Amino acid sequence: MSMQSIRDTFFEECEDLLEALAEGLARMETGEADSECLNAVFRAVHSIKGGAGAFALSDLVAFAHRFETVLDEIRSDRLDLSDEVMHVLLRSADHLADQVEAAREERSIDEEVTAAFLVNLGTCLGDAGFEAPAADEDFGFSAITLDFGASPGLPAFELPDLGFAGPEFPVTDHPRPDLSHPDPRTSGSGATAAPALADLTPDKKTSAPRHRIRFIPWPQFYSNGHDPLVLITSLAAPGELEIRPDLSSLPEFAEFDPAKPCLAWDILVASHLPEATVEAHFEFVRGLCELSVAPEITPAPAPENPAVALPWPAPLPEPLVEPLTIQSRAPEPEQVVISPPAGPPPDAVIETSALPPEKDTPRDATGEGAGALLRRRLPKSEDDAEGRGPKPTLRVDLERVDRLINAVGELIINQAMIEQSVTDLSLPADTEIISHTEDYRLLARDLQEAVMAIRAQPVKPLFQRMSRIVREAAEATGKPAHLVTIGESTEVDKTVVERLADPLTHMIRNAVDHGLESAAARVAAGKDPEGTIRLSAAHRSGSVIITISDDGGGLDRNRILAKAISRGLVAEGAELSDAEIDNLLFLPGFSTAEKISNLSGRGVGLDVVKNAVGALGGRIAISSTLGSGSEFTISLPLTLAVMDGMVISVAGQTMVIPIASVIETIRPTAADLHLLGTSDRLLSIRGRFLPMIDVAECLGFGRRDPAQASLALLVETDAQAHCALMVDAVLDQRQVVIKGLDSNYGAIPGVSAATVLGDGQIALILDTEALTSNMSGLINGRNGANYLPPAAGATAAPASQSFQPLAARAQALPQPQTGAPHAIH
Amino acid sequence: MTLRILAIDDSLTIRTLLRQAVENAGFACATANDGKDGVEMFSEVDPDVVITDINMPRLDGFGVIEAIRTGTHNTRVPILVLSTESGEALKARARAAGATGWLVKPFEDLQLIAILRRVTGYAGPGHSERGQA
Repeated sequence: MSMQSIRDTFFEECEDLLEALAEGLARMETGEADSECLNAVFRAVHSIKGGAGAFALSDLVAFAHRFETVLDEIRSDRLDLSDEVMHVLLRSADHLADQVEAAREERSIDEEVTAAFLVNLGTCLGDAGFEAPAADEDFGFSAITLDFGASPGLPAFELPDLGFAGPEFPVTDHPRPDLSHPDPRTSGSGATAAPALADLTPDKKTSAPRHRIRFIPWPQFYSNGHDPLVLITSLAAPGELEIRPDLSSLPEFAEFDPAKPCLAWDILVASHLPEATVEAHFEFVRGLCELSVAPEITPAPAPENPAVALPWPAPLPEPLVEPLTIQSRAPEPEQVVISPPAGPPPDAVIETSALPPEKDTPRDATGEGAGALLRRRLPKSEDDAEGRGPKPTLRVDLERVDRLINAVGELIINQAMIEQSVTDLSLPADTEIISHTEDYRLLARDLQEAVMAIRAQPVKPLFQRMSRIVREAAEATGKPAHLVTIGESTEVDKTVVERLADPLTHMIRNAVDHGLESAAARVAAGKDPEGTIRLSAAHRSGSVIITISDDGGGLDRNRILAKAISRGLVAEGAELSDAEIDNLLFLPGFSTAEKISNLSGRGVGLDVVKNAVGALGGRIAISSTLGSGSEFTISLPLTLAVMDGMVISVAGQTMVIPIASVIETIRPTAADLHLLGTSDRLLSIRGRFLPMIDVAECLGFGRRDPAQASLALLVETDAQAHCALMVDAVLDQRQVVIKGLDSNYGAIPGVSAATVLGDGQIALILDTEALTSNMSGLINGRNGANYLPPAAGATAAPASQSFQPLAARAQALPQPQTGAPHAIH
Repeated sequence: MTLRILAIDDSLTIRTLLRQAVENAGFACATANDGKDGVEMFSEVDPDVVITDINMPRLDGFGVIEAIRTGTHNTRVPILVLSTESGEALKARARAAGATGWLVKPFEDLQLIAILRRVTGYAGPGHSERGQA
């Protein structure tokens, strides 16, 4: 695995951690955080720090460290979680995210900004004296250190004047086996000594002054996993060590307690190792043994350092052994059986002897079938280990999923074709193949839903990002505000989630900037000075509904209308319904802010939002109550790949209309149709008049006598008004696979995509939004103008009348018109 | 034979780095996401050395050390703590719990391997001094 890919792993992990951080902070903010939540928040920052250290991202490490310090204070109840502190934490989390992003893109972030955040965090810690050590303490780590936990407070040990045991005495090191295999496994460190003995002469004397170390391990030494042999032999290179066991405490065999350590050692080590180094070598076992270090009393000549270049700084020399006579008293153990020459891959089956029960110390009396040959299998891979978490997941390349989705799409088309072929055979209803094809259809649908679920993602991360937007907007505008999210676990197609980020950001900013009143105005209106932005997601009949609402002053319709008129968007004196006025906000370039703030007044208006939502096959609607706030509702399809469609016939063409937008089908009588002016028609239904749109005419197939209208589809439009589409026939309802046309034909007004039907025919999928936009009181800026007959104005009904100038205006605006309106008019 | 390492860390990044370092040295590496998994895997993997993080969900590093030391299986295995922290109090606590050594993140591969060799006394494949054997 390359370093680059580990780096990628790190940043992916950071995303998860930042998400967990945001989630935890949100819970802390609402006061529902338990200690596990605080721990999780701490860990998130801590893990980012840990990983960042590995990639030498020192700024990130420094910031995360300070952040973590504050979190630790809160976690351990030394710091109260006041509103101010909470605010700093939230902003710091945002900054941490920025830093991670910057590090990922290998750019640096403004140091002053970071410094300001560091100061804020430091302020949380209050006492500057407390803060100082935290600032330069831990995070400046350079390289690894095997830290033996120096305890400066420990008193120096007295050097006991003890004679050495006879050097030629067979050493009873400890009952750990001495493996004679040339490549012993870990515990066989004795083996290192054994072969070494053959080569090394015990009479090699050192001439330089030496340290004498008196070393008596206590039981805890062994229980902490230390091995005296390893510890001693790793102290220095061969030729520099002389080890003498002290067997004086060794009891008679009859009294021998294998669980009780009874050995001590005297070690002579060449003194070119500084005494401090020698001490440091034993530091982590301090408190676990009796230890003393002193110069040897009689200096002896030292040999040359026998050619061991230490690969790391002392005190970490290679474990080799010098002139002692170590021999294991223990019986030869079960031997290592098989060893691949090099390290086996992690999934290899490793056959080995069981470790002898007395692995490290005589104290270990627990025996477990010492001779048993065990087969052990390491977990196959990281993935295996990953799978042990509470919620197993699998990271898959998105491309693979999309390939699968494409295949399923083709399968659905294929299924439709088979079904069609079977139907064409006109077999008796009880024919087996008919029930099989029915099963096939259901299975294909299940399959499609399962595959789509892979792409589905909860909106939670998206929503969490929005709380940051609210914070920033609140700060920029000086209006206190907080975000409440509902339905975070609602799942939506990945692409939808991704492409919703920008429009949502924009609307949230708008809600704070334009929706909320100033704190003073809110207080005057008897409201909480802090505004609430509510963001919710929910599934509703095959769609996802996302609402963004504020508890601000609501839309000032008079002002909106006045502005629209002053900009020439609406004719003077036009009478618009409330819904129509509200929808003026979606006109290109419309801005209601009296003063353009630097926050949301960037020249992009809600029309951009509307286009973005439209591009996802969704719709946006607005509702508002003066004095109590506004609400934007976005409804989106669950998936962008397949939809339920109604197959219709228009002017001899087979087309598909999204079922989600169809409310009702009606077979109107001639009496229900009313002509309005020369060209417009209204359909009267249950006492209401709805605009009637001839789909054939809209698409350029020519106009027909409205009296011939055989069928009307009632569809819902953006403005939450209804509209009737005139079509020739409804042929079928089915799941259709959406095939984009944009790459081949560009955007075609009135048509959103195409699909392949069961008989192999290509059918266009109608964009009801665009079809109805000119009639329902909306100019959608892009396409709307194209549908308006150029001369429909003067004599038309009031509803149309008021929009005539709109159309003219819309046409005059520079528009990124990609698809020529070739099919229209 | 080779060394078997059990690395317990909740950070995938750290696990990946450890695995890479350990496997490059020709050792085998098993990894666990948190202390609880680590303890569960311990007897199964039967590692020669355990490397554990301190701050982990479900069961922290101290818990891991205690569980292994008071368990029934290979209770004397060397356990190295790998942490960004280096405070004396934490180290003392780790030692009291039974930690064998303390490593500070970030680590360098060669030094990590040297330490693994050192705490185990292992001088296996790739060891430069093996000529003596």
